[in-house]
Amino acid sequence: MDHLTDLKPPVAGKIKIEFKDVRKVYRIKKEHGGCGDFVVLDNINLNVYDGEFLTLVGPSGCGKSTILDLLAGLIPNSGGAILIDGRVIEGPAMDRGFVMQAYALFPWLNVRANVEFGLSIKKIPKKERRAISGHYLEMVGLTSFANRYPHELSGGMKQRVAIARALAFDPQVLLMDEPFAALDAQTRETLQDELLGLWEKTQKTVVFVTHAIDEAVYLADRIAVMAAGPGRITDVVNIKLSRPRQGSRGSAEFGWLRHKIGQYLKSGKEIQEDQPRAVITDVAEVIDAQAAL
Amino acid sequence: MSGPLALAKASANSRDEIIKPRPAADRPGLWAENPDRSVKSAGSKILNATASLVRRVAVIFLIIVMWEAFPRLGWIDPFLLPPFSEVVKGTFNLFKTGEFFKHFDKSIFRLGCGFFGGLALAIPLGVFMGWFKTFEEYLNPLVEACRNSSVLTLYPIFILLFGIGEGAKISIIMWGTTWVVLLNTIAGVKNVDPWLIKSARSIGLGDLALLRKVLLPAALPSVITGVRLGAANSILILIAAEMIGSNAGLGYMIFYFEARYAIPEMYGGVIFLALMGVAVNEALGYLEKHLTAWQEKSIYFGM
Repeated sequence: MDHLTDLKPPVAGKIKIEFKDVRKVYRIKKEHGGCGDFVVLDNINLNVYDGEFLTLVGPSGCGKSTILDLLAGLIPNSGGAILIDGRVIEGPAMDRGFVMQAYALFPWLNVRANVEFGLSIKKIPKKERRAISGHYLEMVGLTSFANRYPHELSGGMKQRVAIARALAFDPQVLLMDEPFAALDAQTRETLQDELLGLWEKTQKTVVFVTHAIDEAVYLADRIAVMAAGPGRITDVVNIKLSRPRQGSRGSAEFGWLRHKIGQYLKSGKEIQEDQPRAVITDVAEVIDAQAAL
Repeated sequence: MSGPLALAKASANSRDEIIKPRPAADRPGLWAENPDRSVKSAGSKILNATASLVRRVAVIFLIIVMWEAFPRLGWIDPFLLPPFSEVVKGTFNLFKTGEFFKHFDKSIFRLGCGFFGGLALAIPLGVFMGWFKTFEEYLNPLVEACRNSSVLTLYPIFILLFGIGEGAKISIIMWGTTWVVLLNTIAGVKNVDPWLIKSARSIGLGDLALLRKVLLPAALPSVITGVRLGAANSILILIAAEMIGSNAGLGYMIFYFEARYAIPEMYGGVIFLALMGVAVNEALGYLEKHLTAWQEKSIYFGM
């Protein structure tokens, strides 16, 4: 089933985001006094193409969330360059929308006002704001909840609001940091489908961080596989699973892809442990090891 | 998010803040779609309101009856505790002669200056200290020391510094208000959910916008808790300060009547102050409810 993946970059498509030798180092206090450098990310080279759905997958501590923070402009990079449309990122801006695992809805604002938050910062007039928030609330199916407060919503609904809020100021790139990790399995699958629907409708470029291989495979055009110590991208894998993917979760192809990504993750891990890159023969072992991530 | 968190929040509220279930129509989901459950007949509403009123006043009423009966039956010396009706009569006399208002005006002026002065000092300083962690680290020991020193032991120092007049009284009330408001404001600003800050920063909010749009609204419940505690403190200190060194004010008035054996009037003053305390607390409670209606409240508590 090797036709389902390859490692070649997509031929067509304009580069939206470019990581060039990006490095992130934190200065930390050492146990016995003095300061040391902690390398979170090293030698990150990655292109994200316009309109693409890219997932970053890797074990905890591999710096995949740090990549999103860098991309959002929330923290500076220590080396290299990050470009969007050929321009170096200089801090956060509304050309990127951020969706986090913790929802981060403003509890004192109702659903509509939450969706309009970015628009009100942009000083868009009220009438226009209403129209935009109405549009996106309809998109995520929460029109009838516009006047509710976040504490009255379920986790899945909160995350829909957070997605609507990120889309409302019409960013070109959507950054998602394990957005569905706190949800139950059914809600997660529903939201994955909804997200793919929104992505197809809005044509955004999505960079999606997850530690769940299933999720990465189900959503992605391409998966960047990461390893820890220091955090780096070991492989970028094309996922040639046909869309729409509803109902493909149980298919042999899906299972094979999940296994394959598991192998990539595993081999990245072994480099870290200074072991030779081994060919894994026991499928059960791979899946088991990944379930713990 | 119910369970332990909601309960912890409930117990963090002051104890007279009874958490009531929201009206069914306000809740999402099942309840809202089932009108039979949310609509009650007008008759049963009136009945409910009456029952609730009876529960609220029953104990107070009983105490008033006992207050009236015991002195009249000779079970308590009526000189020390005059019957309630005598107290009411004495209080009315105070109002009629205008004597009461002379004291009331003085007290309200001191209370207003001290309390609002304290807020004006504590809230901005608290926001500042909550924001700049280092600044807070330097000042925190001082704040803790000031807060934990008994206010009235400092009164002689205040009199020494500001004289026996209004200055000492207003400044000691200010002192008593400031610390609790300050600490609650700091805590409120410091404990803002970091995800909210990250979310706001990610769309490019600057410091000032972050303060206005995120930190202040998020800290508001904690600030209001501080304001309520500060208000209770300020009334307490006002009366004590007026009792210690003053020639006017409600605290002075109560002492004055006691010294003159005008016992019903003395009780009148005490009752009035109790009512004033309740009124201030209720007013602030109302304000709190309206400004922080967005907070998650447990519907499983107090049923």
